[in-house]
Parts: sequence; C-alpha cells; structure tokens
Amino acid sequence: MNILVILKQVPDLVEELEINDDGTDLDRTWMRYIPSEYDEHALEQAILLKEEHGGTVTALCLRIGEVDDTLFTAAARGADRLVRIEGDFEGISSRDAAAVYADHIRRGNYDLVLTGVQAHDDLNGPVGARLAAQLEIPYVGVVSGMHLDPETGVIHLHKEYPGGLLTVIRTELPAVVGIQSAVKPPRYVPIAKIRQASKSAEIGEETAEPQSLTPGYTVRRVFKPEGGGRAEIIDGAPEDIAARLVSIFSEHGLVR
Amino acid sequence: MSISIFVIAEHLEGTLADMTFEMLGKARQLADERGGTVTAVLAGYNVAQLAEQLGAADALILIEDELLAEFAPQPYQDVISGLIRERAPGLVMVGSTSMGLDLAAALATTLNVPMLSSCIDLSVEDDAYVVTSQLYGGKIMMETAVTAGTAIAQILPGAFRAEDGQRAGTPTLEEIPPGLHPENFRMRFENFIKPEAGDIDITQAPILVSVGRGIQTQENIALAEELAEALGGSVSSSRPIVDQDWLPVTRQVGKSGMSVKPRLYLALGISGAPEHVEGMKNADLIVAVNTDPDAPIFSVAHYGVVADIFDVMPALEERLGERVS
Repeated sequence: MNILVILKQVPDLVEELEINDDGTDLDRTWMRYIPSEYDEHALEQAILLKEEHGGTVTALCLRIGEVDDTLFTAAARGADRLVRIEGDFEGISSRDAAAVYADHIRRGNYDLVLTGVQAHDDLNGPVGARLAAQLEIPYVGVVSGMHLDPETGVIHLHKEYPGGLLTVIRTELPAVVGIQSAVKPPRYVPIAKIRQASKSAEIGEETAEPQSLTPGYTVRRVFKPEGGGRAEIIDGAPEDIAARLVSIFSEHGLVR
Repeated sequence: MSISIFVIAEHLEGTLADMTFEMLGKARQLADERGGTVTAVLAGYNVAQLAEQLGAADALILIEDELLAEFAPQPYQDVISGLIRERAPGLVMVGSTSMGLDLAAALATTLNVPMLSSCIDLSVEDDAYVVTSQLYGGKIMMETAVTAGTAIAQILPGAFRAEDGQRAGTPTLEEIPPGLHPENFRMRFENFIKPEAGDIDITQAPILVSVGRGIQTQENIALAEELAEALGGSVSSSRPIVDQDWLPVTRQVGKSGMSVKPRLYLALGISGAPEHVEGMKNADLIVAVNTDPDAPIFSVAHYGVVADIFDVMPALEERLGERVS
C-alpha cells in the first residue's frame, strides 16, 4: 500500500494579507506560508492507514515559501519519503498544480492519494478533484473516515453531509480522496523529533515547469471585505464590555 | 447578452436541498433582469415529483437512473458533463457543498472550462458573467469575469436567499436518458450512516455560547460551559474544536455540522470562515469576541468585541451573576 499525501503551502491567515498595487492579486513579497490545515489531516489519515495496513507514506510539496520544515515535520509524524518539487509555483492555481501532481503520480506507483478537501485559496476548486479527473481515477471528497480492504483493493469512504449525516462510498483503488478530517486529530510531534528528522530524513528533489494555459477568466479586482463589516464594535475595559453586553442581552429579552 | 444558466439541483433522501433554491433564486433574478433562461438539472432516481417545487426555473432536465439514486461522484459527473458538453450553457451553478465540491472542479477539468469557487455574488454585464469569490477564510474577495464559452461557478451556501428560488409550478420538463456506462464506474454509493443523537440538540437551543480555536485547550471549554449556564444556553463550536475531539460532532455549527438560528449566538474566538458562517448567520443576535480586528466573523456579527475571550468571559459571567443576586 503506497500512499501519497499532497501538502500544499497556503498563506498564514494569522498574518495580515496585503494586496498588490494594481489590486489584482495578493502581494506575496513577505508572505508567510504554512501547510493547509486540511492537508495535515490528510497526512494523519495516511499515517493511520500505514499503521494499520503497512506500506509507505510519501509526502509531496511544491516549493512555495519554505517547505523543508513542513516535509521534516511530516517525516517526524511518520512519512517515509519526502519529495519537494522545485519550480515557479507561487500563486499557482489548483488547476495548474494538479497537472504537476499528476505528472509525478504517473511516474510513481501509488495506490492512494490523499489531500485536503480544499484549501482556503483554491479559486479554481479542490486540487484533488482536478487531479483525479486528469488521471481518470475515482475521487471522493469531504471524507472524514475510511475502511480499507487491502485484499480486494477497495476502500469504503465516509463522506460528510450537513447535520452529521454520512454516506459510505465504495471505491476501487487507485483513487484520490479529499480529506475533511482524519479520524484522529493530527498528532503532535515535539520540536526535538522534527530536528532529528531534519538530520536523518532526505528530501528527494524534482523539478517541474508549471503549464501556463490561459485560465479562461480575468481577475478584475482583489479586495478586502468592505467597511470592516457591520458589527458595532464595543470598546473598553472587560467590565465595561461585560456591562454593555448584558444591557444588549437585556434589550433583546435574553436576560432578566 | 441573453443569459443561459444551468443550476445543478441537489437533493438528499428525497428532499431538495436549500442550496438548490438559493441558486435558482439568483439565476431567476439575473434572467429576469437580462433576458434568458434558467434550466434546473435534476439527476436522481424516482425524483420526478420534485419538479413541482422548481417553478423558479424555465426548464427542467430530468435524468433518472438507479445508479443516480444517491450521490456518488463518478455517475453524476458522467451524466452532467455529457449534458453540459452537448448544451453548452453560459454558466453552470453548482453548490459549494459535499456534492458540489466533488463535482464542480472535476467537471471543469473534464470539459476544460473555467471554474470559480467560493462564489458569494454573481452578476451579468453586457458580455460577461461576473463572479465574486470569498477566499482566504473570508478575508479576501476576488472579482473575476468570464466572457466566452461555458463557465462553472461554485456557490457558497447562504450566499443567496432560498426564499427567492422557492416558487411553485412545474417548469417545462425534458427527460433525457442517462446513457450511463456502469462498467466505467469504479465507485458506488453503499449506505447512509445516520448521526447518533447528542446530549443536547443545539438547533433547539435559544442561546448558544460557541467556541472556536481561540479557546486554546480542552480544559478551557469548561469556562464556556459556565458562561452558557449563566446565560441559560448551551455550548456549541466551530469545526476545529470537534476535530480535536474536545466536543462531540453534535455540537458543531457550520458545513457538515448543524445550521442554527438561536436568539443569541455568542461567538468566542471564532474567526468566521465561510464554512462556519453558513451555519449561524441567521441567528437573531450575533455577538463576536475575537482578538483579530480583521476576523471575518465581525462582518456577520451585530456586535463585536476586539479582545481576549479570557478577559471577557469572566467579566461577563460576573456581571450576569450580579444581576441574579
């Protein structure tokens, strides 16, 4: 059982996002990248599958910002193989990224590809769905549980719907799965273990030229939601804030 | 330009999803303004009786097959991509839902047409569909325009009003054969797993004290429980809290969780990503406390407090206690 996990670097939303001068993209000069949270769940799910069924887990990153720490962290969590693809990928769309991943996968020998169900910057939709369509293999997303039958090469995927409802979809391998959440929260690894991995683990390096097809649309404007929203902001010391909130609750008949 | 919009209808266990009506309502409005047609596409099995609820559409294309009874990506993609290729509508609206997230990007790839996700607004100009997408956890908006050929827009739940698309009347019905090739499918729907009932039904709670990542630790949830008790409410949460196993999934608000409409929704340390907002934006009164003044939750909240929840929670609890005593 060979599993590939795609770890995508996305802007850290804790940092202020800046827009470029002509207002058509983010200004990425000082951007801080972190792995997409959904992808961290995909990695955890892959390691859980490996622990149960054996096999290998490969973690793959396009070089966007600093990715070596992301890869070494994956190794510390249990990934066996690390791959970094070098190229001009900053701001790459999920469509064009899928083509790069597809090329890597065609040359590999993977039974299962796990990736996050989406990333917060996917203007062109989830990369997993695009990747599977390019490879012409099954894709199921919004998955938060699974049961693998290695004998038959079949995986039963738990797909989420509103209100806690799940459907089970039986899928033959190879397949791409978009993970909403792993069955357990991503494991914590101490810094010391990541440091150790950075000394012992090797990152396989590949290069790729992203295709530059026309996207079929024009970006007219990138902007922050206007006016800072509609909330009336309550300032003051905690006691003043509390007093004001209680008086608002009272006006709405929520407290006696 | 005269518009032509396809709306991919969604249904679950025999009921049309609100998403369908939200998309239909917007499509209807655009067609009324600019001239053109709205076509609902309904794929399923024994779903013909749903047609009478789709009066907001001019036409309905019905595709029925046992393999389409419940959603599985491959068969749905097969019939819908064939249909879009043949009819070449200007715009295809798909929900940003469990079904739509599997479908839209795959259709766009197979058909090699542009696809824009996280759409929160849509308009039509002389020669273009203009799509506004809400990205980066709700912090950045992108306005894009598509001019030629077919494009796919993936619509965020709650972006448009369901009431606008709920019109009785049966549109002109066209039934087309599914023409499925089951031998090509390497997946199938197996069964449903129904949620277990939780200790508390948050959809019925009049007051929700809802915690997000800002609560930091499992132990701190007790602080929210105390505050909820002082307010006579219950504790709910955003997704990350459930993913950490700090609260059961029955307490989760948002996509794949519950949609709630309490009299008060007190959001503590919740940033307000679109996935969360779709489940709570209809609450009567929304109060948000967050340290990040740019948190998108402040654009849906009625009142906002830019502060540390660990300062506000005890002060609020104390104040509430004073009133009782």
